[in-house]
Amino acid sequence: MKFGILVFPGSNCDQDCFHVVKNVLKKPVRYIWHRETDLSGLDCVILPGGFSYGDYLRTGAVARFSPVMKALADFAAKGSTVIGICNGFQILLEAKLLPGIMLRNKNLHFICKHVYIKTENNHTRFTSLYKKDQILRIPIAHNEGNYYIDARGLEDLRNNNQIVFRYCSATGEVNDQYNPNGALDNIAGIINKHGNVLGMMPHPERSAESELGSNDGFFLFKAIFKWLETQKHD
Amino acid sequence: MIKPEVYHTLGLNDQEYKNILKILKREPSPTELAMFSVEWSEHCGYLCSRKWLKLLPKTGKYKTLIGEDSGGIIIDDLAIIFKMESHNHPSQVEPKQGAATGVGGIIRDIFTAGARPIALLDSLRFGPLSHAYNKYLLRGVVDGIQFYGNCVGVPTVGGEIYFDESYNGNCLVNAMCIGIADRKKLARARATGAGNSIMYVGSSTGKDGIGGCSILASNEFGKGDEKRPTVQIGDPFTEKCLIEATLEAIETGYIVGIKDMGAAGLTCCTSEMASAGNSGMDVELQCVPRREEGMEPWEVMMSESQERMLVCIKKGKERAVKQIFLKWGLKANVIGNVTADGFVTIRDIDKIEARIKAHSLTRAPVFDMPYTRPKKLKELNSLNLTGLLLPGDHNKILRKLLSSPSIADKSWVYGQYDHMVGTNTVVLPGSDAAVIRLKGTHKAIAATTDCSSRYCLLDPYEGARIAVAEAARNLVCAGADPAAVTDCLNFGNPEKPESFWYFKNCVEGISDACRAFRIAVVSGNVSFYNESPKAAINPTPAIGMIGIVSDVKRACSQGFKRPGDVIILLGRTLEELGGSEYLKEIHGLVRGRPPKLNIDLEKTIQKTALEAIEKGLVNSAHDCSEGGLAVALAECCISDKENMIGAVIDNLNYSMRTDALLFGESQSRIILSCKKEYAWKIEKIAKRNKAPFHTIGRTEGNRLKIFVRRKEVINLPLEKLDEGWRGSLKRHLSIIPRN
Repeated sequence: MKFGILVFPGSNCDQDCFHVVKNVLKKPVRYIWHRETDLSGLDCVILPGGFSYGDYLRTGAVARFSPVMKALADFAAKGSTVIGICNGFQILLEAKLLPGIMLRNKNLHFICKHVYIKTENNHTRFTSLYKKDQILRIPIAHNEGNYYIDARGLEDLRNNNQIVFRYCSATGEVNDQYNPNGALDNIAGIINKHGNVLGMMPHPERSAESELGSNDGFFLFKAIFKWLETQKHD
Repeated sequence: MIKPEVYHTLGLNDQEYKNILKILKREPSPTELAMFSVEWSEHCGYLCSRKWLKLLPKTGKYKTLIGEDSGGIIIDDLAIIFKMESHNHPSQVEPKQGAATGVGGIIRDIFTAGARPIALLDSLRFGPLSHAYNKYLLRGVVDGIQFYGNCVGVPTVGGEIYFDESYNGNCLVNAMCIGIADRKKLARARATGAGNSIMYVGSSTGKDGIGGCSILASNEFGKGDEKRPTVQIGDPFTEKCLIEATLEAIETGYIVGIKDMGAAGLTCCTSEMASAGNSGMDVELQCVPRREEGMEPWEVMMSESQERMLVCIKKGKERAVKQIFLKWGLKANVIGNVTADGFVTIRDIDKIEARIKAHSLTRAPVFDMPYTRPKKLKELNSLNLTGLLLPGDHNKILRKLLSSPSIADKSWVYGQYDHMVGTNTVVLPGSDAAVIRLKGTHKAIAATTDCSSRYCLLDPYEGARIAVAEAARNLVCAGADPAAVTDCLNFGNPEKPESFWYFKNCVEGISDACRAFRIAVVSGNVSFYNESPKAAINPTPAIGMIGIVSDVKRACSQGFKRPGDVIILLGRTLEELGGSEYLKEIHGLVRGRPPKLNIDLEKTIQKTALEAIEKGLVNSAHDCSEGGLAVALAECCISDKENMIGAVIDNLNYSMRTDALLFGESQSRIILSCKKEYAWKIEKIAKRNKAPFHTIGRTEGNRLKIFVRRKEVINLPLEKLDEGWRGSLKRHLSIIPRN
């Protein structure tokens, strides 16, 4: 049962994700350098946040050409578990492993703060430890988190229950007032059709220890581990 | 024959040029002249300040480390390395890149010591936001800090922002970085061992920032000067790769020494690394990676292109080190080697362009600058309170003070900074001090920056002592034991005796206060010539201080936590209005004397608060500073937007002017809140320490009510307080409309 943290030049949440898996979840984990092409032996790959290649172009637009991305596509196609957080989500979109695109935040500023998100779909390997509609307190920190997809794409996401998290108030109201970045339909996280690739803008690794103000994010990592373990026994 | 105009343009005076002739016993080459001009600039050589900087204590109650480019303290097996540095003039010229490269430079000073950067703070000062250019500066500086800090992945966890007329035409941008390292794996900025290799790593060299430090940092701004070409451009992505590559390289044990090419670039690195190692260095400029064609040797030596470093490597290990930098996509070229002759020799296709004793470059002359007490001070210090009208409506005044940009909420600023990356930020920005946990231990570091420049203008010695005391008090409020200082001394033209008098007195004040608290000044920076055509800035000795939280679970913040708590005021309140924010904002006066600081009283207050916090008795702690008691109480009520808590203050029985009681800025005061049943325990601690202790009220409801001698003087709903305080910066920047 091994986690891998993908490191692109410019990734900066790689060590935070590593810390949570190794010291909080206490499971085996290793870094994957972006030039590696062999992901065998890994059960879950995390694409961490940061500014891959500086993100001087569109976020994730360069990272998707990294040598590791071919292997990652194969890894995902096999049904293995992939999660992209923040810049990781942006890269998954650019690599077309998830549908849609990211625009600049509506206020054109970087936004770093705690927000609330609602668990719209708890029937995934990532969210099985949350209740349906459970509200999580979790930080965001990004310039481009304004998720967009065309009307048909949105319809698809809804029909297939692919919208996993939506921005909301502390009491669970989902509306414009509680949409920090302008994301379409308050979307904070989505999953692919097959249910093995999750992308989310909020940072679960920053809310995995109560010392940091919230441990809501920890249960996402724990759910992945739990799911991987049931796979082993099957 | 070199004409005086040439060396004058480079910032050297006749006497300095004569010294150069004496040292070389011949005329300098153009490259040599350029090298002397930057190394002997105030920025690099500390010519005017060195004599006085020696006063600052280098030891304290924690074991200190003083490196070439930074310093720190030892906690168990960890070295905590930190430093603050100015980037004022570049930011005034081009705020985004000026601030960005300021952040980049200070981060490099930390990781070249072998420490991983874990936090940034920024001490910023601007002219009033009523001027369009100051808005542009604030927006640009914030944009630069977020652009660089967010990308490089070091959280910006704190700092301060003040607005004052004296910064019109000369803003201050002081950036501080904190890093941690295994104490056994620290690196030095020196070259030793003849035959060892000198490697250039990082970005390539261009014409950006040529002469930046001698020209920008060492002269005042004239009107309408066009200085843009001398500001450097930052590349945080390269810096991030440099951090990782450098720390990986230091881990190999093959690195003898390493230094950031900051101000004065290659000149500074070659001469200072050689000098620090009592060695010489022989360098071939053709091996320096370039991004521009046709650069003269002196331009290569002067360039301040960012994200570059010079590394001294054990002979035979060049390839192994180079591999690491190449892996991170960085350039790495051997450009020379260490010699035993003590000379810095610079070649260009083997032709010797410069050959100077390293020590003579780095041991710039020391000037004993004349100083004299400013004439205007007598008038400035006089303040007759009897002539000062007592306000009728204290509510209105409190709201006005809360919305004054210097006091108002700064979340518009720090909300744009990633202050959580690294997952160590336990107390977020917006409290007295940020708290950053040390993973793998139960401890944490608290950090703050502080300086009331108005106090320093009215009394530099007292003002500087207060800056140190207040920084320490902020740390105590976070639950930390004050441990060590870095200072960033921002002053006007040192050649003006009145200006230098301020510098001398501030340094003495810092020195005395630090000695009294037994804390060392481990690093720092001096920035002179902060003047616009109108006048010098207020003397601004920014104090960056870190403290140690012994149990991270006890870290404390300023906001009230729950209704029904007792509110305690530690300290004495005197009728002191001199230099206050109230006098300035409400009466338009910058006058009088700053509040008196009694260090012994201060120590008893800090000891009491820290002891109570460490015992887990305290729910919140907040220092009383700008705006006095009323502002501090309001901040306790509203600082947590999601959990605002009202207060009733009905036990203030002082006989003095009500405005002085509410808005005076008497020092050595801390507001605590605690569970009812703990109040007597805190009182006991206060008694034992002989600290003045007053129970002044309780947390309750959704209003702030203050009674003075049973008469209600403040009664405001929390939303009203919040509206003025939280929206103020955005209103001033016209992001949301003014009322």
